[in-house]
Amino acid sequence: MESILQVDNLEVCFRTAHGEVPAVRGASFSVRPGEVLSIVGESGSGKSVTSLSLMGLLPESARAMGSVRFDDRDLLRLNGEEMRELRGNGISMIFQEPMTSLNPVFTVGFQLMEPLRIHRDQSKKEAYREAVRLLEQVEIPEAKKRMEQFPHELSGGMRQRVMIAIALACRPKLLIADEPTTALDVTIQAQILDLIVDLKDRTGMGVILITHDMGVVAETADRVLVMYAGRVVEAAGVETLFHEPKHPYTQGLLQSVPNVDDSLYPLNSIPGYMPKPGEIQRGCPFHPRCREAVEKCRDHHPPSFAFGTEHVASCWLGEEEGEAHGGSSAG
Amino acid sequence: MAALIVRRLFQLVPLLLGVTFVVFISLHLAPGDPASIIGGPTATAEDVESIRQKLGLDDPLFTQYFRYLGDLFQGDLGYSYQSNQSVAEAIMLRFPNTFNLSVASMIVATLIGVGAGILSAIRQNSAVDTLSTIGALAGVSIPNFWLGSMLILIFSVYWQWFPAAGFTQPPWTWAGLRELILPAITLGTGSAALIARMTRSAVLEVIRQDYIRTARAKGVKEKSVILVHCMRNAMIPVITVIGLNFGFLLGGTIITEQVFAINGVGRLMVQAIAARDYPMVQGSVLLVATLFILVNLIVDILYAWIDPRIRYE
Ligand SMILES: Nc1ncnc2c1ncn2[C@@H]1O[C@H](COP(=O)(O)OP(=O)(O)OP(=O)(O)O)[C@@H](O)[C@H]1O
Ligand SMILES: [Mg+2]
Repeated sequence: MESILQVDNLEVCFRTAHGEVPAVRGASFSVRPGEVLSIVGESGSGKSVTSLSLMGLLPESARAMGSVRFDDRDLLRLNGEEMRELRGNGISMIFQEPMTSLNPVFTVGFQLMEPLRIHRDQSKKEAYREAVRLLEQVEIPEAKKRMEQFPHELSGGMRQRVMIAIALACRPKLLIADEPTTALDVTIQAQILDLIVDLKDRTGMGVILITHDMGVVAETADRVLVMYAGRVVEAAGVETLFHEPKHPYTQGLLQSVPNVDDSLYPLNSIPGYMPKPGEIQRGCPFHPRCREAVEKCRDHHPPSFAFGTEHVASCWLGEEEGEAHGGSSAG
Repeated sequence: MAALIVRRLFQLVPLLLGVTFVVFISLHLAPGDPASIIGGPTATAEDVESIRQKLGLDDPLFTQYFRYLGDLFQGDLGYSYQSNQSVAEAIMLRFPNTFNLSVASMIVATLIGVGAGILSAIRQNSAVDTLSTIGALAGVSIPNFWLGSMLILIFSVYWQWFPAAGFTQPPWTWAGLRELILPAITLGTGSAALIARMTRSAVLEVIRQDYIRTARAKGVKEKSVILVHCMRNAMIPVITVIGLNFGFLLGGTIITEQVFAINGVGRLMVQAIAARDYPMVQGSVLLVATLFILVNLIVDILYAWIDPRIRYE
């Protein structure tokens, strides 16, 4: 199927006191309608920066290069106003912290009607009716009463539902969810994920789901992107990834489930730490932590190797079995 | 909300009682004898003594204070030692001028302060920001009397754009507005500077909140992100500063009214203090204190209106 989003060779650099540091390095991937693409990786691997660059929401100190095709347009070439018209409309995003993501001084109704009034030019009355419908769609009871309430009157789970309703108000083709359940209780987590998957099935939108949690990946993702130090190191369908991971980093992640970043489950299978952006490194960025590293890994960055359709990994171990896939990165 | 207002109005009573006490004591402890001032340089010791008796100044302080309070509770502010005029009347005659001056200054201070604060926050570390920082520093450092005199020299004497002195016309007329502009700028500049600094830091604090990112992610225009989503939150600390500055401004009217020869409560107070006209001083201070407390009550109401989390507490 035709993809709705096609990212090629995305690079994001930050200007900092220590010069330019690359946070994302040559990431390529695509999202198709009706699928959940999950992005996993340790903290600092570049997941959020990648998603913010799709939204045009990077801070001013950041520079994004490469190409991000959405709806026959390259988002990285759009001006500020064109990008603004797309946000909350063609592409929407929800964030990790439902407690702080809603504006405390405006009612739920106001915040929910806002995208409808901006992008759909709806009158107050139309927007109100549509907003109530959206609240019902995200299974919030007593929708009309909620419209008048303020965020502090809602629980975390409810607020995240409101965020989802806001994100879906203009029926986007792509929803980016950056760790939407990390801050929630386990039972609420499952409900929110079910809701997202259910809404995706109904609307046919594509979803990028960023998470630390391999359990979440297993349950919701169709395809998975594994990021390490700003690079996509492996990409595969969810079944393939769990059963035949090619990259030693992915294998390590799978052994360290349930939660990559949970301090209760240290990454004992992957000792060492991920290099920070700008840290000078040669060869494969993972080789200092890799049990299977060989001489070559120290000196040469591995290109992407393809293993059948839809499965690529950037590791020298795949050189024999895989097929050179061009570039130095998977996707 | 109504409960909040009623509660605050009740708090007003002990607060004002405290004010009367402090003013009364400090006046009577300060050197200077109203009776000998009234008697004039030619008065004999007996004359002065009889004046003192007539005014009740020879009673113990304690008795005098409670007599004053008793009158006060009956709405009687007393009579001027100097002119025998009713204090309430004298004040009400001049109060509109002081009120117009302080409100106009507050408006000037808020417009300039909030505007400059927002600009320097969203253009952080730019030329605009630097300029506004320097302006703010100058604004708080320049004394009112000097700024007022300079404005008169430049805009009244040299260019003759604005009148130099007095309030003669009602402030809603063009002529009245012209009389108001220079004094309002003189008095408002210091507060504008403080408000600008507070606005800047409040905006910088709010702008990095998650909900601002959410607003942008919804496609809200940058102008509304700042003026609606950000400012509604940033106004909470800014309003506090505006309210506190009102007290500052009321104090400032004393000098500004002198410089611009405005017949207001500030000038009345200065004259009354010089003449040890106790009832007049007490009456004016009480009025100013009430005004300050009322403005801060309004600030509290505005809080509750802006921030629903307070409203529901
Ligand atoms: N404004 C910034 N200036 C400089 N560097 C930044 C900035 N924002 C992010 N980075 C760097 O970019 C890298 C990737 O950060 P990113 O937030 O994308 O990580 P992440 O994978 O989302 O991590 P987490 O799981 O903790 O959310 C990090 O090393 C971070 O230090
Ligand atoms: Mg992140």
